[in-house]
Amino acid sequence: MPTTPTVGPPLWLLAEITYSCPLHCVFCYNPIDYTQSGAELSTEEWFKVLRDARAAGSVQCGFSGGEPLVREDLELLVAEAHRLGFYTNLLTSGIGFTPERAKALKEAGLDHVQLSFQDSTRELNDFLSHTKTFALKQRAAELIQSNGWPMVLNCVIHRLNIDYIDKIIELAVDLGAEYLELANSQYYSWAQLNRDGLMPSKEQLERAERVTNEYRAKLGDKLKIFFVVPDYYETRPKKCMNGWGNIFLTITPDGSALPCHTAKLIKHLEFPNVKTSSVKEIWYESHAFNHYRGDAWMKEPCVSCPEKEKDLGGCRCQALMLTGDAANADPVCDKSAHHHLVQEAVAFAQVPDAQRVKVQPLVFRDPINSRKLSAKV
Amino acid sequence: MNDVDDILNSTPSVASMFRLQWEEVQQCWVLLYPEGMVKLNGSAGEIMRRLNGEKTVHTLIADLEADFGTTGLQADVLAFLEIAGQQGWVNT
Repeated sequence: MPTTPTVGPPLWLLAEITYSCPLHCVFCYNPIDYTQSGAELSTEEWFKVLRDARAAGSVQCGFSGGEPLVREDLELLVAEAHRLGFYTNLLTSGIGFTPERAKALKEAGLDHVQLSFQDSTRELNDFLSHTKTFALKQRAAELIQSNGWPMVLNCVIHRLNIDYIDKIIELAVDLGAEYLELANSQYYSWAQLNRDGLMPSKEQLERAERVTNEYRAKLGDKLKIFFVVPDYYETRPKKCMNGWGNIFLTITPDGSALPCHTAKLIKHLEFPNVKTSSVKEIWYESHAFNHYRGDAWMKEPCVSCPEKEKDLGGCRCQALMLTGDAANADPVCDKSAHHHLVQEAVAFAQVPDAQRVKVQPLVFRDPINSRKLSAKV
Repeated sequence: MNDVDDILNSTPSVASMFRLQWEEVQQCWVLLYPEGMVKLNGSAGEIMRRLNGEKTVHTLIADLEADFGTTGLQADVLAFLEIAGQQGWVNT
């Protein structure tokens, strides 16, 4: 009988407080069936989550969603998290980020605002065309700076914007960014649905890395740039979330407790809910959180792999989505019997758009599409 | 004044990007920054918690030696402060 390995505290609490969002990003990682989610937790229910999690040792708290600013009680949640001693982060598109709310959030003790940009409305080049989207980001950036928060920008990179990475970096400089994360899209949820349209070619990736390095040399300490490569282009998988139920605890809008944003797609696991279980019970005792800890769950090639401690076999969600079994090796790994699935996707990404015979239209994240696609599940 | 004297007379503080905090559950001092955390070991924590921008490093070393009933901490403290400076954890 495999023993439950000892695990540290849930250091990082991600509070996904709503799935509501004014945007329709094609790379969104919120579940496709987000419209089927239960009723949102109330303010008091979130207070209990924050208190429980802090008592269990959580110290970083991210407020996310959807768009967290949609919740009018955000300032109350931030204030409570701050009072408890959390380091609080707001992960936002900036939509709804008015001077009044920024001031209120500052007074509530918010420590950091991460502003996304190049998120998509239905006009994918909207941002690059300097339309009202850019003006909004500019206003949000000004509020971030004037309220004394560090300027951290996050941009999801994909096939449709990767060739403009120079413009993106320059826009980040214009906005006064101190940190820029260029996060190549990972293929979960809506991004997985749209994978063929989002995955860049190897040539595009190499060019983007080159350009990024040129800017790094040019800008020096003025802007710290992080460039995250899509794992499909690697031969070893990422140590997803630093390990299942190891550091990160995600609470979704209806109170489901997950080890990551997308774990609910692992249907054979019943994830606990904060309405009926305490954070400590969830983290230390629940079957779902213990299920992929340690290595007793591993199959070959992971279980006898000398590198298993490095990446723990990669991502369970990705293993399920691509191979049908969450306990398989993440097929990014070239030791996986299913690695060809990743290779095929990568091969397709090399086909120039003009030569693609069958082009699946991009599916925009919105409630209508969510309901339509949920009916199929 | 040589380099070591300059350092001994400096009055470092925790850099504004970081928040130093005692974490009861982890039983250690940590530095918190956007979305991240640096876990400090025992001696690193004891040094960082004494930085207030007013006390000189010289005094800091004397305080540590007094508090821990020991001597000869200068080399270790200076070595740590050099690393902390490189990492951006301290302002001198």
